Amino acid sequence: MTRHLFFGIAISLALGAGWLVVRLTGVEPVALWTDRLVFLLIAVIAGYFFYARGQPHLRLPWRRVTQSAHGMSALVVLSVFIAIGLLDSLHYRPALDGRGARGEIAHSSEVLSVFDAIAKPLTAHRERTYSAPFATRAFARETLEVPGPDGRPRQVREFPRLTSGGAHLEDEAERGRDVLARTTLGLGVASLLWGVIAAVGTFSQARRARRPAREAWRAIWRAETRTPWRAVLITSGVLLALAGPALTLCASYHILGTDKVGRDVFYLALKSIRTGLVIGTLTTLVLLPFAVALGTMAGYFRGWVDDLIQYLYTTINSIPGVLLIAAAVLMMQVVIDRHTDLFPTGAQRADVRLLVLCAILGLTGWTTLARLLRGEALKLRELEFVQAAQAFGVRSERIITRHIFPNVMHIVLITLVIEFSSLVLAEAVLSYVGVGVDPSMISFGTMINAARLEMSREPVVWWTLAAAFVFMFVLVLAANLFADAVRDAFDPRVNVGALVPV
Amino acid sequence: MIAYITRRALYAVPILVGVNLITFLLFFVVNTPDDMARMQLGVRRVTPEAIEKWKAEHGYDKPMLYNGRTEGLGRVTDTIFYEKSVRLFAFDFGNADDGRSIRHEILTRMWPSLALQVPVFLVGLAAYVTFALLMAFFRATYIDFWGVVLCVAMMSISSLFYIIGGQYLLSKLWNLVPISGYAGGLDAFKFLALPVVIGVVGGIGSNSRWYRTIFLEEMGKDYVRTARAKGLAETSVMFRHVLKNGMIPILTGAVVVIPSLFMGALIAESFFGIPGLGSYTIDAIQAQDFSVVRSMVFLGSVLYIVGLLLTDISYTMVDPRVRFE
Repeated sequence: MTRHLFFGIAISLALGAGWLVVRLTGVEPVALWTDRLVFLLIAVIAGYFFYARGQPHLRLPWRRVTQSAHGMSALVVLSVFIAIGLLDSLHYRPALDGRGARGEIAHSSEVLSVFDAIAKPLTAHRERTYSAPFATRAFARETLEVPGPDGRPRQVREFPRLTSGGAHLEDEAERGRDVLARTTLGLGVASLLWGVIAAVGTFSQARRARRPAREAWRAIWRAETRTPWRAVLITSGVLLALAGPALTLCASYHILGTDKVGRDVFYLALKSIRTGLVIGTLTTLVLLPFAVALGTMAGYFRGWVDDLIQYLYTTINSIPGVLLIAAAVLMMQVVIDRHTDLFPTGAQRADVRLLVLCAILGLTGWTTLARLLRGEALKLRELEFVQAAQAFGVRSERIITRHIFPNVMHIVLITLVIEFSSLVLAEAVLSYVGVGVDPSMISFGTMINAARLEMSREPVVWWTLAAAFVFMFVLVLAANLFADAVRDAFDPRVNVGALVPV
Repeated sequence: MIAYITRRALYAVPILVGVNLITFLLFFVVNTPDDMARMQLGVRRVTPEAIEKWKAEHGYDKPMLYNGRTEGLGRVTDTIFYEKSVRLFAFDFGNADDGRSIRHEILTRMWPSLALQVPVFLVGLAAYVTFALLMAFFRATYIDFWGVVLCVAMMSISSLFYIIGGQYLLSKLWNLVPISGYAGGLDAFKFLALPVVIGVVGGIGSNSRWYRTIFLEEMGKDYVRTARAKGLAETSVMFRHVLKNGMIPILTGAVVVIPSLFMGALIAESFFGIPGLGSYTIDAIQAQDFSVVRSMVFLGSVLYIVGLLLTDISYTMVDPRVRFE
């Protein structure tokens, strides 16, 4: 009970603080469609966990997930990504300086997110074009005017200093020491934070095992604890050791370089996270109702219902996935272009395109899950408890919702978690084909697409690709490992492949 | 057997009709020919005359489903639906926007696609089975553990990075093979070597891991225990019994993609500049040439359905218990 109260107070405090910030800064909150759906999804997930807490048959497998070392490591990484994604999903339009005729606040047409506000140092200073990681000078020579020996300006071709990368340095030779100092500072802060996490872990372990903290600490490092604290501490240690220096350095250097139009690649990589997460999660929101309703109905009713639904999914399956997606996206692009009046800002147009992409991926992707659920429902309908319900005259829709659905829930869950990573990967491929997200939207796909042609440059512009590769790899790997843990906990025998045939 | 195949083939007809209706809906109803013309000619400042001219040039100046202005059969046949959708059943694909015959393009471009896809398929199958068998043989050891770790890591890398990384390492740094391009005859080998290797490597993660679970499942069965009990060495258990029985689900699962090998690899072909059907499709999508996209959708569906048919037949061939119902 106290815990509920605590959550209630926390949520109201957060809402109140948000309202206060909006009032004080005069910004106009903008709820993009994907934002609303993302928060709806969060509410659904929270509701599910609230429900699962009271259900022993759901609580047990989830506890098994929290006891798997690779699952918890993946969860630590994923929660960092999700936190960035959520901050990036709170959008607003900043107030302009001047006031309107009647004293009202005018708002910029640019839509920013809370994440953009936090990452202000990354966006405030742009370079003109490419620059290497930690560079103080640009990547290409430019013609500069310098005072010559006789006092008259003289034109020379050289690499100009960057406007923000290492601009605080008087002497460029100082760079090594400066980087080292900032890295040390970052590591110091990181180790403080890590110490807090380690202390929390040790004391909660000590309390649970009713042992002194010293023994609990040793048990953690011998991996004897039920919650895999060692894996959590190692993962968060590595993450903090990377994130701490990155944060202290990124304000004064472009730690991952800049792209063709001089945007900071570190910022682009962080912004791409939201796009990947939205595609990976919202697609499942579209796919779920179709797959669950049609799959269980086909298996339960059999007969002509089964024939019809099987026909439907064989037909959709037989169309090559990428082509169907491409056709649908091209068509929707025409519709969006024709109704520009509905979406006043560029961000809204890009957002609608992202939403449409999710919807299309969902509409083409429900077939695999539906087929799995149909097979399971075919088996379940012959079991005694379903037959008993039928004998008692329970209506079919009630049997499906009360008896079939809870028993196929684990397949749904496993498939959704597994599919997340394949969707993140699919986004990159679709963006390459030209039917992915809007070209103005920052995503892994658009990053790779913009950077791949630069591989033929001499010297090679490698950092954009490297950044996209590392961030995407970590996100997908964490998702894959978490999916494995969920699958092992719920049903080790379910074998599902990738849903989106890309 | 023949009766069974005929029945299965007939079952494909309603599916193809469904595919046709979906593509017709997508390409002509959601998006009318006027929209297409506007998109091709530029969205703004386009005269109605220019639109009419474009439509007439590309054969879109007809009613959708029913033509009241003509007589007899022409009322149904002289329509967009008949001209553009029904004719696909006769593999009459019409012309692309650049005026070239799509059918001719398909017939010439399928060879480079096959030259790429058939080696990827065969070499890939051999490589995945070998790797999976290796992991299953050393199950519950460090080899198995790190093998699975490697698989999961490789699954987590986007296919684009395999291509970009392969091109950079082998072509640019080591100068072993040309970065992209294609030539007929024996010269094709040096152009295809890298795409084939990348195609195989890109699939190792998910496929080997999946085949490993198939082999492990097979190893838990009674006949394996019997084989061990009668004193067979572990290697002959693996190769004589487990491999043979494990290949049944692997091969029947792989059969479905064989016809689709014609369609080529979308991404690899366009990266490596191989003039196959995959790059043709990508070019058509990027140029928004809907007649080509529509033809490829239809062709892909036909090939997939052929694949399903082959799968059913292969089941009956490897497992006599499956009857032709």
